[in-house]
Amino acid sequence: MHAPVVSTGRDLRLDLFRGIALWLIFLDHIPSNLVAWGTLRNYGFSDATEIFVFVSGYTAAFVYGKEMRERGFIIAGARILRRTWQIYVAHVFLFAIYLAEISYVATSFENPLYAEEMNILDFLKQPDVTIIQALLLKFKPANMDVLPLYIILLLLFPPTLWLLQFRSTLALGASVLLYVLTWEFNWNMPSYPSGHWYFNPFAWQLLFVFGAWCALGGAQRLSTVLQSPVTVSIAIAYLVFAFVISLTWYVPGLGQYVPHWLEEVIYPIDKVNLDVLRFAHFLALAVVTVKFVPRDWPFLKSRWAWPAIVCGQHSLEIFCLGVFLSFAAHFAMVEVSGAFWMQLLVSAVGILIMIAAACLIRWYKVAEGRSPGSRSMKTPDADLAGGEA
Amino acid sequence: MRTPVVSALAGLSLALGLLAGAAAAADPCEVPTYLWFGNNDLKHVAEAVKKDKRLTIAVVGTGSSILAGPDGPPSAYPARLEAALKQKLPSVAVKVVTLVRTRMTAQDLAQGMGKLLIDEKPDLVIWQTGTLDAIRRIEPDDFRAALDEGVETLHRGGADVILMNMQYSPRTDIMIALGPYADNMRVVAQQHEVPLFDRLAIMRHWSDTGAFDLYAAGKDNVLAHRVHDCIGRSIASMIIDAAHLRPADLKVGQ
Repeated sequence: MHAPVVSTGRDLRLDLFRGIALWLIFLDHIPSNLVAWGTLRNYGFSDATEIFVFVSGYTAAFVYGKEMRERGFIIAGARILRRTWQIYVAHVFLFAIYLAEISYVATSFENPLYAEEMNILDFLKQPDVTIIQALLLKFKPANMDVLPLYIILLLLFPPTLWLLQFRSTLALGASVLLYVLTWEFNWNMPSYPSGHWYFNPFAWQLLFVFGAWCALGGAQRLSTVLQSPVTVSIAIAYLVFAFVISLTWYVPGLGQYVPHWLEEVIYPIDKVNLDVLRFAHFLALAVVTVKFVPRDWPFLKSRWAWPAIVCGQHSLEIFCLGVFLSFAAHFAMVEVSGAFWMQLLVSAVGILIMIAAACLIRWYKVAEGRSPGSRSMKTPDADLAGGEA
Repeated sequence: MRTPVVSALAGLSLALGLLAGAAAAADPCEVPTYLWFGNNDLKHVAEAVKKDKRLTIAVVGTGSSILAGPDGPPSAYPARLEAALKQKLPSVAVKVVTLVRTRMTAQDLAQGMGKLLIDEKPDLVIWQTGTLDAIRRIEPDDFRAALDEGVETLHRGGADVILMNMQYSPRTDIMIALGPYADNMRVVAQQHEVPLFDRLAIMRHWSDTGAFDLYAAGKDNVLAHRVHDCIGRSIASMIIDAAHLRPADLKVGQ
């Protein structure tokens, strides 16, 4: 069962944290789940989504950057687009599962208390429009916003990666500029039936490009800054500040101690447009992590870290499985019991299924003679290395 | 040596028994104080009650402020609120009017506030909103702007406001992302210093304590009526509290 983690020169910390982020996203997606109190979002401004997007950018650049240098823009670009297509197919598959669950609810739920909530079924009355809008990525049910973001980011990644390779500072600067302009002019993509994308790609691209920039040498350039005690102190101070503020959301009566002017400044903390407070919180977490979790940390090779790492190395499959499992967990809670023991059970079983699935996928790939990052193969395995882009 | 332990255990079990008894006897719709959001004054309500001995409340809302069926209207929370206030403030002429229209977003409702002030001259408007906005995934910024607009109109017109957010609905909550809308209602309540009746958290609390089985799927009118009764009574308590109306004072004034 315990397959050896192949040392590839890759940073296993990325896989570890992406694996953990996938678990947290799964837990956060189960509504009314008390286990989700343990997840990151309750202790600061940012949550697992930031980790997922950053690590995805980092690994995409790591894998496809190498390929672009070795085999050229066309080959690397084509592989990125193939990956994009796979993610699109995965998204449509999840949408089909969502339709199945909601149609079931439509026919079985008659509680008169919730007549208004049943308006959620409105879209079933116009399947022609809704399904086409879903295929166009404009209609996105709740909890199905991350993959469309990922699709857009990857679709535009070939030219971004090209620029990052040759003019990395310019590329990062352009990304920051786009982020600033997005805030200034409220750019976003339209959604159906109304509103805009829940993860605004014009804003969230910053984290993805920043991850890619770090992978292509930016992290080394920043290393003196990252390691400096001043930076680490500021990061810790900011994490403590965010923790205290987040306590006031949950601990009754604490809210009154937050000065009014501070509330005016920090609220609302905008997830749609990747609020700068969220971005800074992620950066602070990253600084502290880099400082206290060394790259050659022995734990990364231990059997305890391995389940998260193997999940992080197959992130697309495990992410989709997580969304499906959160639907299934919700279904089980509704049909069997919503009690705390049930929440604990579905959370634990869900994560075990994610680990088992990741092992199975790894087994398939090993059986096919492709091990992650192995240097003997002809083409670098973008599907695996870095746990896929 | 044993005696203190035994007596301590006996004392403990007695205390536990008392606690259990107290919990069983407690009102199922009791709302713990930490779920009261905002300790803001309802000045117009206080004035109307103390000076004029009358109180007009308008409930503006959507589908979750009404119940269907012939016994729906008298069982829905606006009617229960009126009954509870009449009982608690017997010397005051309490009137609760409902302006409920289904399938309305906060923006739709905000536009009707000016007319409402002229037609009903309410001392207090309870504005229930958010569900349809979340279902239609209205831009959260637009949602907040609509809330701002509505609350400002009502304040300018001399009415107090209580905002009421969505219901806790465990069967549909994986399909409706309420989070950003609930957060924005909190922010608007804070910025305009109006109380928020946090129906989402309160119903969640009732579900967690086992007071109600909100997971139930069947056509159970009794459950719906009991939940609305609790909501009506809880808002009545909130109004009495936020307007600093102590029934004893009012009697002295009679």
